[in-house]
Amino acid sequence: MSALSYQPILPRPAPRHASGALAWLRSNLFSDVKTGLSTIILGGLLLWFIPPFLNWSLFNAVWTPDVQACRAVQESAACWGVIAEKYRLIIFGRYPFDQQWRPLIATVLMMLMLVASCIRVFWKPWLAGSWIAVLTVFFILMYGNSLGLAKVPTDSWGGLPLTILLATLSIVMAFPIALLVALGRRADLPAIRVFCSLYVELIRGVPLISVLFMASFMFPLFMPPGLTIDVLIRVLVGITLFNAAYLAEVVRGGLQAVPKGQIEAAATLGLSYWQIQRKIVLPQALAMVVPSIVNSIIATFKDTSLVSIVSLYELTGALDMAINADANWKPFKLQGYMFIAIIYFIFCFSMSRYSQWVERQVNKSKLR
Amino acid sequence: MSLKSAPKKKRWSWRSQAFRGLIYQIVAIGVIVLGVWFLASNTLTNMRVRGIQSGFDFLNQPAGFSIGESLFPFDSAESYWRAFWVGLANTLRVAVVGIILATLLGTVIGIGRFSRNALVRGLCSTYVECFRNIPVLLQLLMWYLLLTEMLPSIQNAWQAGPFFLSKGGFNYPIPIWQAGHAWALAGLVIGIALAWLYHGWARRQFEATGIIKSMFWVPLGVVLASALLAWLLGGAPSALDSPVKGEFSVENGGALTPEFLAMLLGLTIYTASFISEVVRSGIASVSRGQTEAAAALGLDPGLEIRLIVLPQALRVIIPPLTNQYLNLTKNSSLAVAIGYPDLISIANTAMNQTGRAVECIAIVMAVYLTISLLTSLLMNSYNKRVAIQER
Repeated sequence: MSALSYQPILPRPAPRHASGALAWLRSNLFSDVKTGLSTIILGGLLLWFIPPFLNWSLFNAVWTPDVQACRAVQESAACWGVIAEKYRLIIFGRYPFDQQWRPLIATVLMMLMLVASCIRVFWKPWLAGSWIAVLTVFFILMYGNSLGLAKVPTDSWGGLPLTILLATLSIVMAFPIALLVALGRRADLPAIRVFCSLYVELIRGVPLISVLFMASFMFPLFMPPGLTIDVLIRVLVGITLFNAAYLAEVVRGGLQAVPKGQIEAAATLGLSYWQIQRKIVLPQALAMVVPSIVNSIIATFKDTSLVSIVSLYELTGALDMAINADANWKPFKLQGYMFIAIIYFIFCFSMSRYSQWVERQVNKSKLR
Repeated sequence: MSLKSAPKKKRWSWRSQAFRGLIYQIVAIGVIVLGVWFLASNTLTNMRVRGIQSGFDFLNQPAGFSIGESLFPFDSAESYWRAFWVGLANTLRVAVVGIILATLLGTVIGIGRFSRNALVRGLCSTYVECFRNIPVLLQLLMWYLLLTEMLPSIQNAWQAGPFFLSKGGFNYPIPIWQAGHAWALAGLVIGIALAWLYHGWARRQFEATGIIKSMFWVPLGVVLASALLAWLLGGAPSALDSPVKGEFSVENGGALTPEFLAMLLGLTIYTASFISEVVRSGIASVSRGQTEAAAALGLDPGLEIRLIVLPQALRVIIPPLTNQYLNLTKNSSLAVAIGYPDLISIANTAMNQTGRAVECIAIVMAVYLTISLLTSLLMNSYNKRVAIQER
């Protein structure tokens, strides 16, 4: 009997109020027993670790360049005095002390240029022109020997300016090579295709350090007798050729993503091979791979630290030089490493955030 | 209106694309050959002028330097040839262990970024951002500094049971080889064979009846049980070669040097941050509808991951994962900066001693190329297995 009688299902309770800090906490940290337990355990661990770390790194730390004070707290606190004492050596390397305004201006100029290149409004042909101008100014400032500036040979260059110079210049020079190699790998001409593939696969198969060894030990043998080339230029050539292979693969990925119909349509319109590539294919392909290109730039920026192994004193090498030479400060090398780690982090992190932003922009244009 | 007849096709004309292509290629080959000839002739002249000897005959000469750690015994009277082998073995050792650990850590962190717990999510993404954005060389140097400066001296080594940790590295007990271990090994092999047979049977059962047998715990149990049984049959040898704290060093047992530990820690932690991104993007590439459909079919979360998410995510994951493995192997060349005797360090020493830069760099490049190509081949064949089987 009762099976036939009408029994309304009780209305479900309204969903819990789902906004505000408390609701966020509940849904994100204590949504069920397992989540709650892991929150408590992890939170406990963090509470256990973070205060001692903050004490070590901030509250008890020594901030003045005072060796005695640093020694006194060595066991229990960080000594940032080492940075206060050595920061000019770390950032500018062996560049003559009274001339260090030159790398400072040059670096700031270069960084402004980098930032400008990230802004879409400036993606115009004159950007290339201003890059050449800025690089020229950079070299005149750094090298001197003209305009009343004293000459500073390249082996005195070091620190952050050298890092930025190596990263920027090798990417700027690698880019045209990468474009040609990427096009060559997709060309109809077998000899050129084979050569380009060989180049890319060979370079990508070996570590950068072996390329750098080659640049610093073998390169002098390659040159005609009597011709010596500055070690900075040799290393720059090595990094450029290395980056070009990686960038070429990135660009090739973009080229492959351009639909074949685009090329056929352009050919039907009577455009020549180079016209097709320049006006139809590359603009589409490059727009697609901007995030990957930025990632390559990040990788290059980090890779510049390797040149310290072939005795160029960029940021990592300059730190070693600055601290190893001074027995007083040597026990505090870890703080030095942390300092340059933070510099690297700031650069790489902002670039990766930029690449994520570009990726979102590119995806936005695809949504219609 | 007169119809113009189509111009006769001339083969050897500048207007023919094929002809132009041929010319371009000949020019390109010519330029490359000329370039290589130019470099080679310069090199030969320079070597003659500077009196540098060339050739690979130095490989048979005694190396004259000792190597801090090696998988097989090496002393300075042995040849360069063998020194290079020691270096290669050291490279592979740190690369293989690093790859395994980085895969595990990277997978855990990659999955952690999908956690329902905001704390876990936050920690995982902090980890990725921190370690991905600092050069691996710097990280290696930092780990090495930490391991050699901040740890207690050997006299005051930290001890946990038979394990020691100090500036001298990490010491652990190893079992002393006895006949019983051969039994255990044989048992292990038999166990694996049995598990393989079971796997085939369970698969046929599944195809015939649709009933899923345990594919993980039962085979694992079979392998372990048979190894344990054989070990017991072999007399259950349990003698351990435990490290003992001596006057100046921790003696006996197995040891990991601080150089190896620094390499392993640095490479694992750095690469894991990239692998976790690979894993994350792989999982994110499986659309939500797939998991919802699986849940609607009544699969429990474990099966859902194993049968639905993983096979689809792996397709996206494998190619970039291969790249990360290759990167780790190539980054192991940074060992030269902290003195771990890998291939590059050995080549560097050999180069300084013999002056044969060209040969040493050629050996290094050839070895890394071979490793890269082999890894790519291996991973490509695995990739083919997980790729979509299209008709």
